[in-house]
Amino acid sequence: MTTHPGTAAHDMPHGDEAVGHVVPLPIYFAVFVTLLVFTGVTATVAFVDLGRFNIFVALTIAVIKASLVLLYFMHLRYSSRLTLLFVGIAFFWLGTMIALTMSDVVSRGWFGAAGLG
Amino acid sequence: MQTAEQIAPPSAERPVHYLNVDYGIRSWLFTKDHKRIALLYLFVITGMFFLGGLFALLIRLELLTPAADLVQADTYNKLFTMHGIIMVFFFLIPSIPAVLGNFVLPMMIGARDLAFPRLNLASWYIFVVGVVFTLWAVFTGGIDTGWTFYTPYSTIGSNTKVIPAAVGIFINGFSSILTGLNFIVTVHRMRAPGLTWLRLPLFVWALYATSIIFILGTPVIAITLALVGVERGFHVGIFDPALGGDPILFQHLFWFYSHPAVYIMILPSMGVVSEIVPCFARKSPFGYAFIAFSSLAIAFLGFLVWGHHMFVAGQSAYASLIFSFLSFAVAIPSAVKVFNWTATLYRGSVLLDAPMLYALGFIGLFTIGGLTGLFLASLGLDVHVHDTYFVVAHFHYIMVGGAVMGYLGGIHYWWPKITGRMYPETLARLAALIVFLGFNLTFFPQFILGYLGMPRRYHVYPDEFQVLNVMSTAGASILGLGYLLPMTYLIWSLRYGARAPANPWGATGLEWQTPSPPPTENFAITRPRSRRGRRSSRRRPRTSSMTRFSSTTRRGSACGSSS
Amino acid sequence: MWVFLVTEILFFGGLFTIYTVYRSLYPHAFGHASSTLDLTLGTTNTAVLIGSSLTMALAVHTAQVSRNGRLIALFLCATMLLGGVFLGIKAVEYAQKFHEHHVPGPYFHWEGGDPQHVELYFSLYFVMTGLHALHMVIGEGVLAVLAIMALRGRFGPSYFTPVELTGLYWHFVDIIWIFLFPLLYLVERHS
Repeated sequence: MTTHPGTAAHDMPHGDEAVGHVVPLPIYFAVFVTLLVFTGVTATVAFVDLGRFNIFVALTIAVIKASLVLLYFMHLRYSSRLTLLFVGIAFFWLGTMIALTMSDVVSRGWFGAAGLG
Repeated sequence: MQTAEQIAPPSAERPVHYLNVDYGIRSWLFTKDHKRIALLYLFVITGMFFLGGLFALLIRLELLTPAADLVQADTYNKLFTMHGIIMVFFFLIPSIPAVLGNFVLPMMIGARDLAFPRLNLASWYIFVVGVVFTLWAVFTGGIDTGWTFYTPYSTIGSNTKVIPAAVGIFINGFSSILTGLNFIVTVHRMRAPGLTWLRLPLFVWALYATSIIFILGTPVIAITLALVGVERGFHVGIFDPALGGDPILFQHLFWFYSHPAVYIMILPSMGVVSEIVPCFARKSPFGYAFIAFSSLAIAFLGFLVWGHHMFVAGQSAYASLIFSFLSFAVAIPSAVKVFNWTATLYRGSVLLDAPMLYALGFIGLFTIGGLTGLFLASLGLDVHVHDTYFVVAHFHYIMVGGAVMGYLGGIHYWWPKITGRMYPETLARLAALIVFLGFNLTFFPQFILGYLGMPRRYHVYPDEFQVLNVMSTAGASILGLGYLLPMTYLIWSLRYGARAPANPWGATGLEWQTPSPPPTENFAITRPRSRRGRRSSRRRPRTSSMTRFSSTTRRGSACGSSS
Repeated sequence: MWVFLVTEILFFGGLFTIYTVYRSLYPHAFGHASSTLDLTLGTTNTAVLIGSSLTMALAVHTAQVSRNGRLIALFLCATMLLGGVFLGIKAVEYAQKFHEHHVPGPYFHWEGGDPQHVELYFSLYFVMTGLHALHMVIGEGVLAVLAIMALRGRFGPSYFTPVELTGLYWHFVDIIWIFLFPLLYLVERHS
């Protein structure tokens, strides 16, 4: 971490150039409470048998929570499109890595023997 | 900038530049000047190159005869492993970005330095630490897993120094990440006013694409090798099938980085060629936007094809089909580049100076390497030639014929700018020819050997393969000579070479607008010293003040009509 | 900094990929293993970490709008404190695992079925939470430096980049945990 104001998050043409976007305090607290509620919900729902949808619900809640942190705590909502692009790229690549790896794991044995047999 | 800028007084006798502004070891080891850091990289990387080359020479000497007469199997395994690790991670990957990129990128965009000069120096130190770890592994017994560290051999089978080597690569990875981060921020934020994205030199585009691969791919190999270390050190099962793991998963993660790493090696080289070809053909680059965006396309597609290394590794046939198809797709942007270079040459006034010879060599050899890559991407054919010398020849055509040729071309091209001296042209042309011939004699026979079925990674082979192997070894000796020659005359030129003018090639990039060698802040006009207090050192001016990029300057680095 | 975080996402991404593959291959072993984790501690820890993210955001906010160095330092210290609580609870959990011989390696012991893949789960559990904890420790160090700087009045609306960047880092570490929590603690709890 250097002391240069070198990140994309900082130099955006905000309304107030000197300090970036100031998020109103009530939003922070609202986000905080929402996050806590979601934590409770996800821990509770885990005990309900939803079949394969348990993991689906758990991950949806996690994604919502992460998005809240990203958008408000990390000011992504007020950042430039360039920053959004970089974050998007990161998640896209992560998705690619998981998806293509799983394409192998899931489909092993589809054509008779595993691999090229 | 409220104060008027002051033109530095033209010094009478010896102009002050980045090399003579300060002497002594401390001024180098604590420098924040991107040009000096580039030279620091150059020293280390050259050393690693010749060490890796020495291993290659030993490998070829052993293969001169069918029997095991020079080394035994164990030693041979270590030789090719260490050759691979050193050449891939400590020469090819950092070579062009860290040396040439570091040196010319800020100048090309009209900046005084990279965005984070201290971080740049830190990445060099991190790199050196990685080198030290790897050399420790090399000199205290070596390592024999192959440069790919495939599990479970690397975690439970091998008795060699796997952990130090993995640590070395892990650390080296952070150096790459920091360099990539630095380049990306620099290109985004430090361009001279008026230098829009579509006017950037093509080399900058290539480095930008490379940096994206650095920051997206390198962390994955870092975590993967860290897990290998954990599994080996603490006997915690992650990839080991005996402990319930899946070794193919390691290969997925390994190649998720290591295939894009091939593009880390080749993309900057393509960037160099995209600079050299227009300059020595005296034309604007043909299809500028296509060359620029094909770099990004390669960086993107390069991440989607890693499975073609695993066609016979137990990957599912369905996944292999997908990867095979995607691998063909990478050929498109690569071919776009080749066609654009050729079109640039068409009806140009081609000058056959040494950098151009290397660039032409690159185009030819890369085309061969790329086309044989298509053979290997074809599922059916790959099953037959997998792990034969066909593969070895293919990737050496890309890495040595491509990346190293581009690196040497770039070194010659920017040598006058780096050192302020001209290299001896006749010798350089001769060396370029020797390298080209030696290279082809070394690796072309290996295509045939592989097609005939000689497997890689064995130190003995049946008698009928000897003729081709002798040819290959002879070629390797010539190639070695071809690499020593530039090393010799480039060092010679430091003292005896003719003084280089600011723009010896008549090129148009911004880096040629400043004297050779450039002053520490790259461009002659500096702000008065009194303004550079604490505050301004924290908030650096974005660009050198002289370099308002005029719209009359043509895009890319096409050569002007006058030279 | 965002570029650095992109790197970090992929760094953890490798682990998440491994986790996805193994979980899809051995869902039940993962379920059994996961049920041995202490959900109360895990949920508490999630809440604690979210709280630390809030105080971190408040620290950035304070630096943006005022020159009140003591208030900035207060929020930074609160963040450190909550981070410390998190690490403390984590240490308790680790100690339990050692006690139950659920730490992978030669002393691993598992009563139920499929010990191999349960061990695999625990390997991932320790690597993922360990790496996460390592990031937290680094963050704590940076926060300590920042708190001292804040007390000396270095930050204010004209200069708060270090606070902002550390904030981004800290929130990122929080996000990782937001994913680790359901993936590690909440597998097949209902059965």
